[in-house]
Amino acid sequence: MIDPRSEALYQETILDHYRRPRNKGELPGANARATVTNPTCGDEIGVEAIVEGGMIRDVRFTGQGCSIAQASASMMTDVVRGATVGAARRTGEALRRLLAGEPVTRDALGELLAFEAVARYPARVGCALMPWRALDRALQTSGNPAP
Amino acid sequence: MRERFPLLAANPGLHYLDSAATSQKPRVVLDAMREYYERDNANPHRGAYALSVRATDCYHEARAKVAKFAGLADADCLVFTRGTTESLNLVASAWGRANVRAGDEIVVTAMDHHANFVPWQQLAREKGALFRIAPITHDGQVDLDALGGMLGARTRIVAFPHVSNALGTVNPVRAIATLVRERCDALVVCDGAQGAPHLPVGFDDLGVDFYAFSGHKMCGPMGIGALLGRRAILERMPPYQMGGDMIEVVGDEETTWNVLPHKFEAGTPNVADAVGLGAAVDFLEGIGMDAVLAHERALVAVADERLRGLDGVTVHGPAAAMRSGVASFTVAGIHPHDLATILDERGVCIRAGHHCAQPLMRRLDVAATARASFYVYNDESDVEALVSGVREAQRIFDGHVARG
Repeated sequence: MIDPRSEALYQETILDHYRRPRNKGELPGANARATVTNPTCGDEIGVEAIVEGGMIRDVRFTGQGCSIAQASASMMTDVVRGATVGAARRTGEALRRLLAGEPVTRDALGELLAFEAVARYPARVGCALMPWRALDRALQTSGNPAP
Repeated sequence: MRERFPLLAANPGLHYLDSAATSQKPRVVLDAMREYYERDNANPHRGAYALSVRATDCYHEARAKVAKFAGLADADCLVFTRGTTESLNLVASAWGRANVRAGDEIVVTAMDHHANFVPWQQLAREKGALFRIAPITHDGQVDLDALGGMLGARTRIVAFPHVSNALGTVNPVRAIATLVRERCDALVVCDGAQGAPHLPVGFDDLGVDFYAFSGHKMCGPMGIGALLGRRAILERMPPYQMGGDMIEVVGDEETTWNVLPHKFEAGTPNVADAVGLGAAVDFLEGIGMDAVLAHERALVAVADERLRGLDGVTVHGPAAAMRSGVASFTVAGIHPHDLATILDERGVCIRAGHHCAQPLMRRLDVAATARASFYVYNDESDVEALVSGVREAQRIFDGHVARG
């Protein structure tokens, strides 16, 4: 007997990215990188990217953490690879709005809508956003202004 | 027992297993605080009118009760603080700054809470002293041989916990204090945040110089705690904070200090919370601290057995008989935060994280653990809810059909 709320949170998409994370590991040649830690639990997500001409050519992540943070990092790398810096930031902002319960264009989120149930768990919203904070910080270090 | 705690009585489905973080409060504590405010409230130590005298009496009575509870005969050697963290910072600031020199050594253990770790680490940095961390054994106890080997002529402070907040390990306080006395002339500081709520303290027989604890972990209110010290050391020690109540005579150029304990209690004291803590120790003494420990150990023994019966579950620390009511565990493939979320939906409150003990987590080679901690109001139905929640998490995460 599975609790229906837990099931909504731990959707198969999230569990799949947690069990088989995409784009995990260091990225040789990265020119943008940042690490964000969650001081309350000690979890850590690092993001490394190659940014050229305002475009995220490649991106990978490192670190350990809960399923929400790991799946979010994995999905994020899928979503932003090949995107412009500006588009990546807009997607991150859309996810933040979704989890804060603010109005948002759902179409902009695609696969990331899997995290919608996280909004009901205030203690876990930070887990889902941690990789995006790391990406945002990494992009600030790349020296490539948003187009 | 649950009906004596209004929050638990109002939430019959709640399995509160985070008492190592903070305990729930019995009605007698809440009533005592309300009665103080409704009947006796004034600024104490002013004495110009009867109401202030009553407030003063309430405060002194609370001090006497708490001192007796902790086995301290000389109640003036109990300083009320905001809690363990402030108590330890008081010693590090007041005694440490006055007595630690460059080249001295400060020893803590790898199982100390950040509150009994960071103040000493920073004091050592400030003074150019050597900061040393005594290792723990593979089953989460202080390695006494290694600790003994670290003590010498330059050791000025040895700090350690009575009970580990992350593992529940009960340390042999008397044996450690004796070891320190044999090897060096160091100040012995014991963090009792997880000791005083769960077992008899007996300060005067412990052999330590300072002992600190918090009221809110032992059925008392938040915002009150205690520092117990030896009179000779407290009298030689400079004050911690300056202000009202802690002075004797304030001249234009110089000030003399009030007697113990007031010298270390600057400003208007926290009378209502002290009264609440006094009621809390009455409540605990009504049960008996030996009985409190026995109750916790019985529950944690069942929890250990049931959790270890599940595939992929590791319970950290020594055997249940050597712990207080803490079960710190990890489940293969499931992060403690995910576990806590799934348990939360079943009304089970546990702590997930590093438990303010990152040096310990590094040595256990885990990023975080799940911690269930038991107290006087818990029973086997809480263990059942915990275990069934862990099985549920395993079903969600890997379709495991767990045994047990």
